[in-house]
Amino acid sequence: MNFNRPERSHMSVDKATVARIAHLARIGVAEEQLRPLAAELSGILQWIEQLNEVDTDAVAPMASVHDEALRWRKDVVDDGGKQAEIIANAPDGVNGFFAVPKVIE
Amino acid sequence: MVEKSLMNNYVEGDTGPWEVVIGLEVHAQVTSQSKLFSGAATAFGAEPNSQVSLVDAGMPGMLPVINEVAVEQAVRSGLGLNAKINTYSVFDRKNYFYADLPQGYQISQYLQPIVGEGVITVDLEDGRSRDIGIERLHLEQDAGKSIHDRHPTKTYVDLNRSGVALMEIVSKPDMRTAEEAGAYVRKVRTILRYLGTCDGNMEEGSMRADVNVSVRRPGEALGTRAEIKNVNSVRFMQQAIAYETGRQIDILEAGGSIDQETRLFDAQSGTTRPMRSKEEAHDYRYFPDPDLLPLEFSDAFIERIRRTLPELPDAKKQRYMDAMGLSVHDAQVLVSEREIAAFFEQVAQGRDPKIAANWVQGEFFAQLSKAERDIADSPVSADQLGGLIDLIADSTISGKIAKDVLVSMFESGQDAAAIVAEKGLKQVSDSGVIEAEIDKVIAVNPDKVAEFQGGKDKVLGWFVGQIMQATKGKANPQMVNQLLRGKLKA
Repeated sequence: MNFNRPERSHMSVDKATVARIAHLARIGVAEEQLRPLAAELSGILQWIEQLNEVDTDAVAPMASVHDEALRWRKDVVDDGGKQAEIIANAPDGVNGFFAVPKVIE
Repeated sequence: MVEKSLMNNYVEGDTGPWEVVIGLEVHAQVTSQSKLFSGAATAFGAEPNSQVSLVDAGMPGMLPVINEVAVEQAVRSGLGLNAKINTYSVFDRKNYFYADLPQGYQISQYLQPIVGEGVITVDLEDGRSRDIGIERLHLEQDAGKSIHDRHPTKTYVDLNRSGVALMEIVSKPDMRTAEEAGAYVRKVRTILRYLGTCDGNMEEGSMRADVNVSVRRPGEALGTRAEIKNVNSVRFMQQAIAYETGRQIDILEAGGSIDQETRLFDAQSGTTRPMRSKEEAHDYRYFPDPDLLPLEFSDAFIERIRRTLPELPDAKKQRYMDAMGLSVHDAQVLVSEREIAAFFEQVAQGRDPKIAANWVQGEFFAQLSKAERDIADSPVSADQLGGLIDLIADSTISGKIAKDVLVSMFESGQDAAAIVAEKGLKQVSDSGVIEAEIDKVIAVNPDKVAEFQGGKDKVLGWFVGQIMQATKGKANPQMVNQLLRGKLKA
């Protein structure tokens, strides 16, 4: 397992990358939209890349703009028991299960 | 043709030896009442989708709130694995689409897990021990359950498991044989069960493993690995490793190369095959979950947990050997489950530990397995077994009779003393009574007496048998022996 994030120095997005990201996100993007989207995304990334000009060597990474700690809860069962509500929005449900087109490996 | 060499664990191929390298990712369900980030229950076997909160169903706008017990259990497990505990860790989103993952991502830990490197010692069958490194342990959500076999064209999805806390325990690639991999999983399971952090029930899916296997020429760099997903028993894991080893060696020896891929184990055929979706190389696009701040706690929190750790199996085994004089084998068997160790210690309390160990793992285990019971619901308690041993120790009954008494105890649940009294099994140690029986047997068997006196020592056993039969096995065997010799020599 590789736990290292890939190095990114120069942000630029090509057509193939847009198609790949769209596929990973299950978003349908028409062929003729790929090139304009690549240009737009590259522009956004270049704009954000200006942040790299700031020297942050002595600054600790910030996890949140809120100055607070993660809230913990007690280990008690105080939710659930709403099968009907849970599957209410499903296009198809049988005997309390969600039913989806067969996905089998 | 693949052959196993016993000398160095190398596998002999057609073109020379290969070394197998195995790393394991064990997914262990955290023992807790509620889920990692919601208040829905975790109990196994409930009605479908009855233990699901809106958080677990991935409804828009719902926010995860971490369960303090899940954090404690992860720290506890890390301490039990002799691992570094990280007081600062981060939850990330692991993004992928699947029908039983309603959020579209799994909340997991990527770059900064709650537990870092550790090490455990595994015991092998030939008595050797090996240290296996732990790479990390992190907390993550389980997915829901897909059921494929109830409808010809549909998959049913139950989200009861969705959001249940899992610990993913990643080993270093330190194992070289299927046996070592099996011993590692068993040891992790034993440690977690001692700690009470995972029930280790593989049938119910509380523990499952992803197995990484690669082969290389001895001394060379690591080969390309295949990952076999979701193997849910030690036996299947060992079959999968054996099959995968052969497959990879065959490919390499034929001049091919191994694809880094995810494979599935098929229990029916004992083989592995690539997952259908392999063309879609996984790209999980991890990023810190914006719904969750970093998980932070103090050293005092860790120390508080450390103080509540039970005596772990390795320490217990050593104590059984050093302080009680048990053999390695006995100690190992008795510490394999916390319940067995507790039972044994209760029996050994105030008694000879070696005798207690013999009875627990001998006759008692035999009866327990005959009755198809676990030690937790044994019909005979530790105190009752101790009572039986006391009756042997004070010569009330012989060891042979005691075995029969134990059978009756399993049937009736009665104390040993009550059964002995009721059935009149009390050992006869009255020399007058025994002598009378001996005299009777000698009187009617002058030929046997002559044989003994003529030097046939073996006839003594025949006499003992006669006396035991006459006293329904109740005569004190040592006394019978002693008195017989005296009378026969006279």
